[in-house]
Amino acid sequence: MPQSATASTGNSKPRLSDELSNDRLLEWLRSMQLIREFETRTMQAYQQAKIGGFCHIYSGQEACAVGTIGSVNHDDPVVLAYRDHGHALARGMDPKACMAEMFGKLEGCAKGKGGSMHMFDKPNWLFGGHGIVGAQTPLGAGLAFAARYEWEVMNKGGKKVALCYLGDGAIDQGAFFEALNLAALYSIPVIYIIENNGYSMGTAIHRHSANSENLLARGEAFGIKSVKIDGLDILNVYDQFKPLVDECRDLQRPAFVDFKTYRYQGHSMSDPQKYRTKEEVDQFKEKDSIANLLGHLMNERDAINEDSWKAMRKEIQEEVREAVQFAENATDPDIEELYTDVYANPQPNLSPTAEYKHGAKNPLL
Amino acid sequence: MITADLHPASIENVPQPDFSKPLPPREGDRIIQFREALKEAMSHEMRQDERVFLIGEEVAEYNGAYKVSQGMLDEFGPKRIIDSPISENGFAGMCTGAAMYGLRPIVEFMSWSFSLVAADPILNNVPKMLYMSGGQWGCPIVFRGNDGAGGQLGSTHSWCVEGLFANVPGMKMAIPSNPYDAKGLLATAIADPDPVFFLESERMLGDKAHVPEEQYYIPFGQARVCREGDAVTLVSFGRPVNFCIEAAEKLAAEGIECDVLDMRTIRPLDIDSIIASVKKTNRVVVVDQSWPFAGISSEVITQICERCFDWLDHQPVRVNTEDVPTPYAKGLEYAYLPNPERIAEAVKNVVNA
Repeated sequence: MPQSATASTGNSKPRLSDELSNDRLLEWLRSMQLIREFETRTMQAYQQAKIGGFCHIYSGQEACAVGTIGSVNHDDPVVLAYRDHGHALARGMDPKACMAEMFGKLEGCAKGKGGSMHMFDKPNWLFGGHGIVGAQTPLGAGLAFAARYEWEVMNKGGKKVALCYLGDGAIDQGAFFEALNLAALYSIPVIYIIENNGYSMGTAIHRHSANSENLLARGEAFGIKSVKIDGLDILNVYDQFKPLVDECRDLQRPAFVDFKTYRYQGHSMSDPQKYRTKEEVDQFKEKDSIANLLGHLMNERDAINEDSWKAMRKEIQEEVREAVQFAENATDPDIEELYTDVYANPQPNLSPTAEYKHGAKNPLL
Repeated sequence: MITADLHPASIENVPQPDFSKPLPPREGDRIIQFREALKEAMSHEMRQDERVFLIGEEVAEYNGAYKVSQGMLDEFGPKRIIDSPISENGFAGMCTGAAMYGLRPIVEFMSWSFSLVAADPILNNVPKMLYMSGGQWGCPIVFRGNDGAGGQLGSTHSWCVEGLFANVPGMKMAIPSNPYDAKGLLATAIADPDPVFFLESERMLGDKAHVPEEQYYIPFGQARVCREGDAVTLVSFGRPVNFCIEAAEKLAAEGIECDVLDMRTIRPLDIDSIIASVKKTNRVVVVDQSWPFAGISSEVITQICERCFDWLDHQPVRVNTEDVPTPYAKGLEYAYLPNPERIAEAVKNVVNA
């Protein structure tokens, strides 16, 4: 690991992230490394055909999930697209439930009915991974709407803010424009985080979106506070994102974030990546967010050393290995599970062929 | 290890109406319009349950494009009676998120024709959420609005979505044909923990009948026998039920007595009542205001064939809208829709064969 790579070297101005304790930052380092390791083992399991369907790897973008989720409260609702393993782990999902879901097992977070693209975790306020590009953006408005309604109309709980993640490929969807309009119109506390990794599947951003150098104009067009964040340095993410969260929560209004990041792997596991060069990928790997934070913790905070970092990585490796083992050994859903979770109130004659019923309780509940 | 406990979102955890309570009488002198019956059902549920709110185009300050929500803004205020922009994909999707969070949205589509631009939230998200989250989140939401041809609105505004939408598992669908059922079915729809697609008709909103003042809940999946007879079973739902009754009255004068069944809900479908009637009449005509190809009538007839084929003395017959886009010209539109004349003719063909 390059020890010298720290974005904040030589930066003498006080930063909001200076107040973050060493323990908190070590937690973030651990969380990012857990995602990295988890995704590496996910790719292996996919190549061994243990995981099926579409599978999108988060490696490279860790500072986004960990830094933004690290800036909100546990009961602030979160909803996102299909590249969702990282956020699920950052939100606190048990890696076992996450891996078992991809293995299609009953102990998975969606009992093996969702797969890689549908990570749901009710106790951790994670309202899913969603497979249709942009579909989650009106949902994000709805979560924030409901949180505000709960506070304002029902006089329950406090002010919340919802996080809604989308890729740069989703910004061209009509649903997103409609969601932005509603969020601004109703003054809904939802923060749209565009994880701008520069590609909509294999189409570079300047080829899929007009005026792509100036995405902020889209948020601003609706009167929404819009901010660009360099997402490779998690300290910078916190410095910029935390005040935005506080403001949205306080004023109960939306925000729009053009979050610059990069994914190391292809769009999905089946992507040969003909549309970009290895040099480009390597360039970003040199600015790796995990190495960045590690360097900061080692060189500027003296909070970790080579040995303890090695021990942390080993512990994470073991945790992920156990998750894979758990998923391997977990239960294949009984065929009866086909007919459960279709209706919360199953009644006779809902179908000419199926008899719906209640099934096994979700392992996360 | 996972235990086989009941589903957390099951009705065990959600207070449900007491369906064993007898329904109030259909006869009486409290004559109100269909639209008022709908409003009464919504308003009652909103008084009972703060989680319920109404959103849609022109529902608040305009008092409803079709005056269904007249006066509701005054009673409940703008936080619960919410005017939406013309943005169905947006507000239907927003309410999907709100329902997941725990609210109970009622989403009014001015016309179900406009719901097609919201296909992703209403078909691809709402009915599947409980399943793809492994039972963690359902979507207790009611989508309601005008379905079917209005008055000469042409092809794009005259959709009957039942054939298209009822195909999707995870949703329930109710289609009232009269004010009494409209109130009782909508009350049940709002109380149900599953998503309900509630199909009204612009052509019926002014229909008047006795509607009890109290709130009552009509159980889903129970057809109503509108008229009894032994010559043929007439199965329908929604607005054409009224055409069936009209046809049956004329046919009775000619000595042909029809059993007329109003299905009231499509999912669940009270196939048991249909079978019981067919075993009595041995003949069936299904009247459906949507297109014939792979539609509700095809489904009903398939189930009849599966369950009582040997009881049939004549092949099942269907009367649908004509299999063309909806025309504008008045005469063409009338001929396009199921109407009493077409229904009577179909019945005579079946009975006299």
